[in-house]
Amino acid sequence: MKYLDEYRQRSSIERLAADIAAITTRPWTLMEVCGGQTHSIVKYGLEQFLPPAIELVHGPGCPVCVTSLAIIDRAIALASRPEVIFCSFGDMLRVPGTERDLLAVKASGADVRALYSPLDALKLATENPHREVVFFAIGFETTAPANAMAVFQAREKGVNNFSLLVSHFLVPPAIEAVCQSPETRVQGFLAAGHVCAIMGYRQYVPLAAKYRVPIVITGFEPLDILEGVLLCVRQLEQGRYQVDNQYIRVVDRDGNRLAQKMLDEVFAVTAQTWRGVGNIDHSGFRLKPAFAPFDAELKFGLREHFPAGSTSPVDSNGCISGQIMQGLKKPRDCDHFGKRCRPESPLGAPMVSSEGACAAYYRYRAEEV
Amino acid sequence: MRHEPPVMSNCPVPFAATDCIRLGHGSGGKLSHQLLRDLVYPHFDNPWLAQAHDSTRLPPVGGPLLFTTDSFVVRPLFFPGGDIGKLAVYGTVNDLAMGGARPLFLSCSLILEEGLPLPTLSRILASMRQAADETGVQLVTGDTKVVERGKGDGLYINTSGIGVLEHSVDICPQRIQGGDLILLSGDIGRHGMAVMATREGLEFDNPLDSDCAPLHNPVKALLDANIPVHCLRDLTRGGLATALVELAETAGLSLSVREEDIAVSGGVQGACELLGLDPLFVANEGRFIALVPGDHGQRALGILRQQPVSADSRIIGRVLEERKCRVIYTTRLGTERLLDRLAGEQLPRIC
Repeated sequence: MKYLDEYRQRSSIERLAADIAAITTRPWTLMEVCGGQTHSIVKYGLEQFLPPAIELVHGPGCPVCVTSLAIIDRAIALASRPEVIFCSFGDMLRVPGTERDLLAVKASGADVRALYSPLDALKLATENPHREVVFFAIGFETTAPANAMAVFQAREKGVNNFSLLVSHFLVPPAIEAVCQSPETRVQGFLAAGHVCAIMGYRQYVPLAAKYRVPIVITGFEPLDILEGVLLCVRQLEQGRYQVDNQYIRVVDRDGNRLAQKMLDEVFAVTAQTWRGVGNIDHSGFRLKPAFAPFDAELKFGLREHFPAGSTSPVDSNGCISGQIMQGLKKPRDCDHFGKRCRPESPLGAPMVSSEGACAAYYRYRAEEV
Repeated sequence: MRHEPPVMSNCPVPFAATDCIRLGHGSGGKLSHQLLRDLVYPHFDNPWLAQAHDSTRLPPVGGPLLFTTDSFVVRPLFFPGGDIGKLAVYGTVNDLAMGGARPLFLSCSLILEEGLPLPTLSRILASMRQAADETGVQLVTGDTKVVERGKGDGLYINTSGIGVLEHSVDICPQRIQGGDLILLSGDIGRHGMAVMATREGLEFDNPLDSDCAPLHNPVKALLDANIPVHCLRDLTRGGLATALVELAETAGLSLSVREEDIAVSGGVQGACELLGLDPLFVANEGRFIALVPGDHGQRALGILRQQPVSADSRIIGRVLEERKCRVIYTTRLGTERLLDRLAGEQLPRIC
């Protein structure tokens, strides 16, 4: 298939692997930021192409994994209300809250629906004027524009029975938090290509300089990832700390201006709680006051009932998602991996989402072959 | 996008387009009788059904029997390449065929939702009849029940089937041996993606058609040619990956398959890429794998390729001697990983 096969060709991958091996003179630890990249790496067994000196650690870029327990509990409380049709991306339904997950709420009679787009939820609100339709607006800069568009259209059309439960995360502050962590081993980053497709990569330039880390904007296909590694290792070996763009077929410096304009119209930057990691300044979005009537937390008075959640790196059930997502530990380092914690009975979000590092490790188990 | 096929011109009893199932159709009274007499029986006139008794007396058949059952709850009722009626016949016929049997008789239970248009029901019954004729089975007993509006997706169907073994080959997972070759009868993922695309209103430039088809002919061809087939499995729920994992576990052996030999059409691959799904786990309704001794692999492949429904068969891998019950998947890149069952439903990717 065009635009796919050429990025999955064994000969090109082997050529890149040979290039990486040829320039690597000492050990380097790189972090791929996005869960989609982690998934590709494990699915295609890409580590088998890297010299032993190169270690990839998996970053915080899984939208399901970073969503805080407090927000999931709020979602469950909302979904349990009889007047509410609660809409979400399917992956969120299986993430454990304090006591149960959204699927359990659905099974006990709540109207919970898995949708593909917030605009479908808006349509549902128009079709059900006597119900309250809430969309669980989660994810990074990638999903935010569509959510912004939905709420923008709701205001334009006066669809007042529509609201968003917002839990948006921004990637650059998370990269900065990893750089600032005294425990970090990360020496270079493969940044998330799709986030940069929206936002461009201007924000990464000062980060690379300040923390002396190469940042390579990288795609998701096997060839993209190996090329990203090559560009990152080359900088490290040469002692350069800059932003490189591997994903030029999708990303440019400025990103998608229209999407950014929509984000700016609807959302304000705010502090955000990352599950298992804690609070990071300027790392999330909230709705601007002009869109307050569409903010589910205000509309249903949720913040009073569920104040900010735990920021401990270890969930009370023993999930070490915070350490996994900061690249401090790998799924296999967790005592519960594959034992108490499996995809069918996850202790934490990284085992739920297809973009979670634990789920990817469990599903493909390349190292067991 | 095609959601429903054109109205059949040979529909035995014309109903007004506004007629629909009412609760009374399930009461056992006059309306029930009328439904059977005017709508169901005309599609399935055969001497067994004509006995009109609580149970049907069947003739003796010359061999061991295979018996199976399956329920069909697909939504929407009509999808590109098939409908629930066709599926209900082929599904049970295929389960019999996977045991090596010649399918003979089917039962059919209809669970009808109040409000289902009678012309829709009639179209589905006509489709079942057509599928039954095509596969040489007789629909010999049945039942109808009606549930209140909102308690069903229009129509659920259960079919059970009886088939006869006319050869002495024992086909079951326990017979799988190290060295067996794994043959796959065609490209994968069509049915699941066709249904998903229709259900979710996703439109593609190249519409996806379900692979929904009967598989008794290729199986018969293998057996008629005296291929000592060890095991057959159709790739329905959970797709190819799940079928392989189940067989490895039941047989107590490991299997090895190669990505480059597993065909996926451009349409299915494109849709899967877009949604973040893996075609290995997507349902099929007209594909199967055959495990045959290594020295019969090429001849079995030639036989399958002569049948239209399995014309694109390929050898995708083999059974290993190791007893770890794993399925090892070699990617196009030459790397290896394990295949496992999915924990739940396959969910589209978020971003």
